[in-house]
Amino acid sequence: MPALSSTMTEGKIVSWVKSEGDVLSKGEAVVVVESDKADMDVETFYDGILAAIVVNEGESAPVGAPIGLLAETEDEIAEAKAKAAAQSSSAPATSAPKVEEPAPVAAKVEAPAPAPTVAAGPATPGKVVATPYAKKLAKQHKVDINKLAGTGPFGRITPEDVEKAAGIAPAPKANVAAPVAQAVAAPAASSPKAAASFPEIPGSHVVPFTTMQAAVSKNMLESLSVPTFRVGYPIATDALDALYEKVKPKGVTMTALLAKAAAMALVQHPVVNSTCKDGKSFTYNNSINIAVAVAINGGLITPVLQDADKLDLYLLSQKWKELVEKARAKQLQPQEYNSGTFTLSNLGMFGVDRFDAILPPGQGAIMAVGASKPTVIAGKDGFFSVKNKMLVWSCMDMCKTDASSASIFSAYPDNRYLVNVTADHRIIYGADLAAFLQTFSKIIENPESLTM
Amino acid sequence: MQASVSSLPTPHRPHSIIRSNSNPSFRSCGLRKEAFGFQSLSQFLNRESRWIRIFPTNPRSRRQFVFSASASASAADNGSQLPTSFDYDLVIIGAGVGGHGAALHAVEKGLKTAIVEGDVMGGTCVNRGCVPSKALLAVSGRMRELQNEHHLKALGLQVAAAGYDRQAVADHANNLASKIRGNLTNSLKALGVDILTGFGTIVGPQKVKYGKVGLSDNVITAKDIIIATGSVPFVPKGIEVDGKTVITSDHALKLEIVPDWIAIVGSGYIGLEFSDVYTALGSEVTFIEAMDQLMPGFDPEIGKLAQRVLINPRKIDYHTGVFATKITPAKDGKPVIIELIDAKTKEPKDTLEVDAALIATGRAPFTKGLGLDNINVETQRGFVPVDERMRVIDAGGNPVPHLYCIGDANGKLMLAHAASAQGISVVEQLTGKDNVLNHLSIPAACFTHPEISMVGLTEPQAREKAEKEGFEISIAKTSFKANTKALAENEGEGLAKLIYRPDNGEILGVHIFGMHAADLIHEASNAIALGTRVQDIKFAVHAHPTLSEVLDELYKSAKVNSDITKPVSEPVSV
Repeated sequence: MPALSSTMTEGKIVSWVKSEGDVLSKGEAVVVVESDKADMDVETFYDGILAAIVVNEGESAPVGAPIGLLAETEDEIAEAKAKAAAQSSSAPATSAPKVEEPAPVAAKVEAPAPAPTVAAGPATPGKVVATPYAKKLAKQHKVDINKLAGTGPFGRITPEDVEKAAGIAPAPKANVAAPVAQAVAAPAASSPKAAASFPEIPGSHVVPFTTMQAAVSKNMLESLSVPTFRVGYPIATDALDALYEKVKPKGVTMTALLAKAAAMALVQHPVVNSTCKDGKSFTYNNSINIAVAVAINGGLITPVLQDADKLDLYLLSQKWKELVEKARAKQLQPQEYNSGTFTLSNLGMFGVDRFDAILPPGQGAIMAVGASKPTVIAGKDGFFSVKNKMLVWSCMDMCKTDASSASIFSAYPDNRYLVNVTADHRIIYGADLAAFLQTFSKIIENPESLTM
Repeated sequence: MQASVSSLPTPHRPHSIIRSNSNPSFRSCGLRKEAFGFQSLSQFLNRESRWIRIFPTNPRSRRQFVFSASASASAADNGSQLPTSFDYDLVIIGAGVGGHGAALHAVEKGLKTAIVEGDVMGGTCVNRGCVPSKALLAVSGRMRELQNEHHLKALGLQVAAAGYDRQAVADHANNLASKIRGNLTNSLKALGVDILTGFGTIVGPQKVKYGKVGLSDNVITAKDIIIATGSVPFVPKGIEVDGKTVITSDHALKLEIVPDWIAIVGSGYIGLEFSDVYTALGSEVTFIEAMDQLMPGFDPEIGKLAQRVLINPRKIDYHTGVFATKITPAKDGKPVIIELIDAKTKEPKDTLEVDAALIATGRAPFTKGLGLDNINVETQRGFVPVDERMRVIDAGGNPVPHLYCIGDANGKLMLAHAASAQGISVVEQLTGKDNVLNHLSIPAACFTHPEISMVGLTEPQAREKAEKEGFEISIAKTSFKANTKALAENEGEGLAKLIYRPDNGEILGVHIFGMHAADLIHEASNAIALGTRVQDIKFAVHAHPTLSEVLDELYKSAKVNSDITKPVSEPVSV
């Protein structure tokens, strides 16, 4: 980080003019740095190849710290990259990556769609034609544009094609030319699938999805292609509550307790942690990564507690706190929200006693935790009661709800909560899930093992 | 912009140097020529070549001059005596902004004035230029604001999706043009300026013929004549304009289509403004620029910042250092095809396939059919040669009495307000007050979001001048980030730059990129016009909090060595 003024102590990278792999010549502007005074172009003093970017756009670094590595030859690029990786992993907490909007609900990178047959090809045969924005997106998401099949006019590659290949939710189209006169008359024409059967309600207005909401919508639709089923199980929580009281002063959260318990149960039932990717096979996941659904700013995101079975309660609690903070600041890295192998969803804080969750694409099962009930209600579908204290804790993690209403029902001796698990029946069968829930309930009812 | 590359500076020939040295007023032209050698606004004219061609460059043209002189003498004989009384004191050919400005001033000075217009009143600016484009840019600016979710959120605003109705936007532009045209016509009528309909032709000294095709011509006499016929979009050869998929600004302003992907040939003012409009309305844009850098006319630092804000984050890519040699409109199920060659090697470089192409390579003078042959005036690549007082220069290098040319037709500075200023300068001279317009005090603006504006020299021009004349220059810069009003608007992106002489505080140039830059430049252009020095203007008070404080900061950060205010220097002529 160069000192751009006498008073500058640290600088923020506004944008990288060049990308990794670009060949630089002396005097070329490489990066734009925001100092305490202004944005300035920083030029390179040497010829070479920009091997690695250490400080990303939007991040800050103190004056004198390396922000990117320049390689003299191509051979040095790998070495430089390794160095850069080492540096960024030990990067100080001051870094504030802005990156893209976190894609919610375990958005998985999907394989590029098979090339549709295009009637009209480019006027110049064999030429790859991509629009300016498509090229920009491809560079940003590191998509090889030459491998894409364009679906636009004249076979050109459109931004949507690149987004599809990169597995990101398409950004809401900036401005749909919707003449006022036609807006009322032609909703059916503009979206023939859905709008046709919906009558126009006077005074309604349309708010398009944010990127995050669009991704949720896409993921939810995708879940329809998976044959799911649900199994419920009531679990007594008195022992867990007692344990929680003990570990709470040490910073352990209920989310961590539940995630840890689920992870420990998954160790014994690897099939519940598996995924069906192609409809033909089981994909057993090595890691047990517990994704936990968080409602945030009108959206939904699933920060992931990675290797929840291996980390102890204290580390998990710490990790969870960090993830929630990052989610709030929209700073989650993709692997922090899309690497889940099993999801936990908790609506207990709203007083919901039971619900069933929709299975996120790419996972085998999701667990829905309801509110505590002071009394046991036996039913065929089964449901769980969760102690209020627990729920309030969840609230504090996610919604900053007041904890004062904590122990309304604590006088009741046998608090239970009802756990409902939704699973992909192609790979997880009823007995698998039942056995898993049995193990899980044993862990919750005898929670000492959680602290080990 | 391509045209600027194609023009070649004519080398000085000994003869012309002798001539110019023999005439003091021309020498001052030569001096001004240096300052304007790389003038950003003269995209498609080359002052070097034009200025030199004013003078006869070889003996042959001298002979021609003699011959022509006798020819015009005989013409005068045929047409009886030169008129002694005139129909009008002043006849202006062309009712654009230049002609309008001249007419208003002429009436104020008591001249009996007529204005001849063969097309619609108002000329390019009002009908096919500045005015309708501002309407489109007003739309694009609002679209940008409404689409910038991040920005709105930062202000605490929530807005549902912004959409637009193309026809309604086009109507807004058209209605604005009609309204301004009406205002302009009415103002002329109210002042008693005769509006003569038809194309004007100069048939002899102080004589103008006008009339519509198929109708009988009228001939009128005038004590003085001003040519203000303006310009038309310049289309390089090889480009086939069909008005639908391959268009010029004339078509684009009607906004008949908003293509998904449009190539814009030329990244000057016109191209840049249209890229702002098209990207705000959802198009993707590809720039084709003959020079090695986008926006070659702007101060390099401003250009860099503008590229970072106006080009890079938008759905725009570009090809620089290339000529579009052939552009074929979309037809037979094929898209618009653009063939590019390397500007230097002339090797074929690439072929683009887009939905539409906008040709924004500059403007060419509209001077055909003016009858300049009748008075022995030769145009230079279409431009009417003039001296620094806008007097038309004939093929012999002498001013033609009672004939002036202003605006785009003379090509000095192709801006509407420059034409008007030149017209006013001419009227001043006609009414007995010598006046030479300082073109370096004329501001220019590009109405992108945010805007770009400038007056005077760019940094490289100033450095060149400083080196030649042996003085130092200094640069002062301020950021909009430090301005309260800009921050309140959440529009901190911007830069103001002052180029000045530290020895005497003379302002050489000011360049602004940022919110409302086009409105902010006038404090600087007025300072240059009036010869105000930095050390004086820094004491002027600016209201707080306003964007004008960006300039206040700028003046205050300038370091002038001598605090002694020197008398205002002589206005420099062009």
